[in-house]
Amino acid sequence: MAKLTYSYFPGCTLKTKGKDLDKYGRLAAQALDFELEELADWQCCGAVYPMAKDEIATRLSSVRALASAKAQSRELVTLCSACHHVIKRVNLDVQNDDEICQKVNRYLKLDTPYAGETNVLHYLEVLRDRVGFDNLKAKVVRPLTGMKIGAYYGCLLLRPGKEMGFDNPENPTIIEDFIRAIGAEPVIYARRNECCGGYCTLENKAYAQKQVDAIMDNAKAQGAEMLVTACPLCMYNLKNNAADGLEVKYFTELLAEALGVKENAE
Amino acid sequence: MIDFVKRISGVNPRKCMKCGKCTASCPAFDEMEYHPHQFVDMVENGRIDELMNSKGIYTCLSCFACVERCPRNVEPAKVIEAVRTAVIRKQDGNHLKPDAIPALLDEELPQQAITSAFRKYRK
Repeated sequence: MAKLTYSYFPGCTLKTKGKDLDKYGRLAAQALDFELEELADWQCCGAVYPMAKDEIATRLSSVRALASAKAQSRELVTLCSACHHVIKRVNLDVQNDDEICQKVNRYLKLDTPYAGETNVLHYLEVLRDRVGFDNLKAKVVRPLTGMKIGAYYGCLLLRPGKEMGFDNPENPTIIEDFIRAIGAEPVIYARRNECCGGYCTLENKAYAQKQVDAIMDNAKAQGAEMLVTACPLCMYNLKNNAADGLEVKYFTELLAEALGVKENAE
Repeated sequence: MIDFVKRISGVNPRKCMKCGKCTASCPAFDEMEYHPHQFVDMVENGRIDELMNSKGIYTCLSCFACVERCPRNVEPAKVIEAVRTAVIRKQDGNHLKPDAIPALLDEELPQQAITSAFRKYRK
């Protein structure tokens, strides 16, 4: 039986430029009978996973979040792709790298040492593995019939596949299954798991534009009328760096719409 | 410096069999002076200074395509990150300074972009 209350890590962007991702995610959770309880005093995850093994300080905010979810005996749910990527991988470091585990624990001086006990779930994984797409489908009151939607996965949810364990990193299906569950038609296109240009848009717009144009051209050629994403930085790049792009929405907005709760947003 | 890069990346460059799959997968291929497979080779051969001076270390998107597709699990992205980390940890080694940020902002730029860039480009 699934747990009904999850600890929730929104992350900094979902409190500012990415409010819609958060707002509609919370509304949809209510409609689907699970609760997202925001962690008290969470700190920014740092947005990028620190690959260097001797980086300790940059792993601490993730460990704090993981340890507070453990203190509440709950699974930790994320919604932003970047937060999910960082927290999930830091959790694996604590589980698998003794030196990192010892150092973060010595630094944090927690009441009980943290050894990677918390299970980290992305919101989409809650939909697939806890709620179930069939149950979701049964709760849809306004199916998005006839809409041709392309899933834009980007990088962070999928790769490295062995660590993220989210879906098949080269041929994922979770967002397509989600699109079907809300009554729309998924459009498969090759570049759905290619990088949007990420943070490089800051220094090199032309480079991000090239990435996004290739993604958009590909999605359009396959017949997509709209893209959905779970990442605020992908959202930014897809919307702002495309010469002639499709409409892009957060998957939670379409979810809230299909569940008939979108209007409940203030 | 070779040992430092190997240690903090955790990568053993000798595992590389030079198939070039990482470079073929890399979306930043055209933006890099040295491509991912060359990065690995240059670390193996001690050419760290050249890598440290290469602009390519700032164009890696950390998309992990090279990590995913490497048949030998070499993880080239970790080598690039280690070299960049070696550069930005040096005194005055920051690639992006806070003063430069306001000019790069626009209305919709998410906090995530600025935080990511700061983590990647400065200490």
